[in-house]
Amino acid sequence: MRVSIPLLGMVGALALGVVAVLTLSHPPTISIQRGYRGTGMQLEYTPHQIATAFKTNQAPTAIPQTNAGPAAGTIYQNVQVLKNVPVSAFAGIMVSMTQWVAPKQGCGYCHVAGNFASDAKYTKRVARRMIQMTLYINSHWKQHVKNVGVTCDTCHRGNNAPSQVWFTGVPSTAAGGLTQGFTGEAMPSAAADGSALTSDPFTPFLLGHDKIRVSGKTALPNGNRMSVQQTEWTYALMMSYSSALGVNCDYCHNTRAFNKWSESTPQRVIAYYGLHMVRALNNDYMVPLTGTFAHNMLGPSGDVAKINCATCHQGAYKPLLGAKMAAQYPYLEGPGTLADPDPKSPAASGEANPAMITMTAVTTTPAASSPSSTTASPSTNTAPASSATTKPTQ
Amino acid sequence: MAEYQNLFTRVQVRGPASHGVPAAPGSIWDRQGKPIFSHLLGQIGNAQVGPVYLGTLGMASLICGFIAFEIIGLNMWASVHWNPILFVRDLPWLALEPPPPSYGLHLPPLAQGGWWLMAGLFLTASLILWCARIYRRSRQLGIGTHTAWAFASAIWLYLVLGFIRPLLMGSWGEAPPFGIFPHLDWTVAFSLRYGNLYYDPFHMLSIVFLYGSVLLFAMHAATILAVGRFGGEREVEQTVDRGTASERAGLFWRWTMGFNATMESIHRWAWWFAVLCPLTGGIGILLTGTVVDDWFLWAVKHHITAPYPHIYGSVTDPSATGAKQ
Repeated sequence: MRVSIPLLGMVGALALGVVAVLTLSHPPTISIQRGYRGTGMQLEYTPHQIATAFKTNQAPTAIPQTNAGPAAGTIYQNVQVLKNVPVSAFAGIMVSMTQWVAPKQGCGYCHVAGNFASDAKYTKRVARRMIQMTLYINSHWKQHVKNVGVTCDTCHRGNNAPSQVWFTGVPSTAAGGLTQGFTGEAMPSAAADGSALTSDPFTPFLLGHDKIRVSGKTALPNGNRMSVQQTEWTYALMMSYSSALGVNCDYCHNTRAFNKWSESTPQRVIAYYGLHMVRALNNDYMVPLTGTFAHNMLGPSGDVAKINCATCHQGAYKPLLGAKMAAQYPYLEGPGTLADPDPKSPAASGEANPAMITMTAVTTTPAASSPSSTTASPSTNTAPASSATTKPTQ
Repeated sequence: MAEYQNLFTRVQVRGPASHGVPAAPGSIWDRQGKPIFSHLLGQIGNAQVGPVYLGTLGMASLICGFIAFEIIGLNMWASVHWNPILFVRDLPWLALEPPPPSYGLHLPPLAQGGWWLMAGLFLTASLILWCARIYRRSRQLGIGTHTAWAFASAIWLYLVLGFIRPLLMGSWGEAPPFGIFPHLDWTVAFSLRYGNLYYDPFHMLSIVFLYGSVLLFAMHAATILAVGRFGGEREVEQTVDRGTASERAGLFWRWTMGFNATMESIHRWAWWFAVLCPLTGGIGILLTGTVVDDWFLWAVKHHITAPYPHIYGSVTDPSATGAKQ
């Protein structure tokens, strides 16, 4: 049989075409200028990607909150965190939490039927800690969540457990023996956008305190011993940021000098606080809950589900596209709103909302100050009491 | 109907197989295999396949190359627990990684990069042996050794990346892994670590010679094809006895850009562009990390970077202002 080169060429072109159609992004792409002309900084989107982000990031309708009635702690037993919230607002938060976290199971997901005060169900004990975490985020991490704030729904989106969580480690696929040891890289990395980088860039950076910054500060060598392999871990972490937010590098960086802050956009500063926030949440809130969770909620190595950018962002540059849900639940804005009520205060009489006052005070704090300085002295209920002593369980 | 007009034709003229000149006296090997003719290969080159001369150097090179190939391939296969389907599906992602930087230049255990060192050793031996074989074949055919030196230039870049620079940096972990996507990820990480390789002037030169080679190759090939109807493909004859093809080709370029290469010089242009591409690239890699740590800052220092207005105002490092780490 005589096969001609043109025929072979056509078969090859067809095969390449099939691969291209199956793997590459389809046109059109939308380019948005991001930097000064000439820098080539631009954001790239596809309509499909935007549609998906819109679909998964619709905020649910908030249940209207009222501030009537005495403090919840005086009506219900065993209310530890929200005890000073007026009972109608307390009920509003509880109903909303059901909608956010357990719409199918209802109250019974956390509460024992007939004895709502009981802490018998682990889900209730976790939920209490998660409310504390919400308060902590909204009060201590303004530099990341700004005035948008978070509620349970920011992560949960109607699921018992947020759909985007991570567990430490990658199950080894190495054959062992004399062959190459497991590198954690021998597969398309779901965490790093399908690259051949590590599949777990989270443990060292979002739980541990490994150095992320690899570049030098001087043109000539000056003692910076960060290796190319270390850089690959940072690179993988950055790819996870990118996927989580649905943005490319230029959202935060000028790619001609990735590490230079003066070349970067202000979003890089917000991401910086995001990293530190997530690390604190994992170490101070999630890891100490390891023993509280039911065993089937833990990861393959028995570790607790942990938080990364995608847990809240879910493909959007702002979770729920920046919907200010938290503002509709002022008692979730921070522990400052939950102090023991002064009998003469407007809160007790239901005339005004003290949370709003506190929120104003918080937002006028200078941006450069430390996140932990924005709230004066959190009560023992709301402070992550274990934070100072807790070490990540590895 | 196809016509046999000159050497540039799709008509395949098949004569008796050419066995070439006898092997050099004293050779312990002779050329192997009975020549065959392939119509398909005839469409892109000479239809005659073989005989092949392997010789001592060729055989040694193939054996070393096979060992390196097996070390890399089997370790990749082992990394998916000998699963043949995963091996094929994930092959582009699989890698044989160099030792972690903590081993420095010490010999690591096999599972911790020892296989990588061994694969590198055999692959290097294979490449150098093949280069030596090209040199020796050239000598024995009485031709110049240009091909061997051009290959040596590529080996230089390979050795800088995988051997010389890691030696200077004091760590095998600085070397790239073997693997399709992994070595690309490494390349990006390398540029990220050292502040953007685009600002490395030798990297710039390497790109000039890379794209320059492509441009020269296209210009030369187009010129010779265009004058094929005048016998322009007989480049050597045209060089010693310039015919109308050579004259027209020269006139074309002199008219369009004022200058023309000659039938002889164009091949020196092409050879030097090709050779200088990995040669300058290797220098650029060798300087990275050893004498320059951040190419962007180096470029700022030497006023190479374009200053752009900071349209977002002053963005400063939050950790530098004493904010929470």
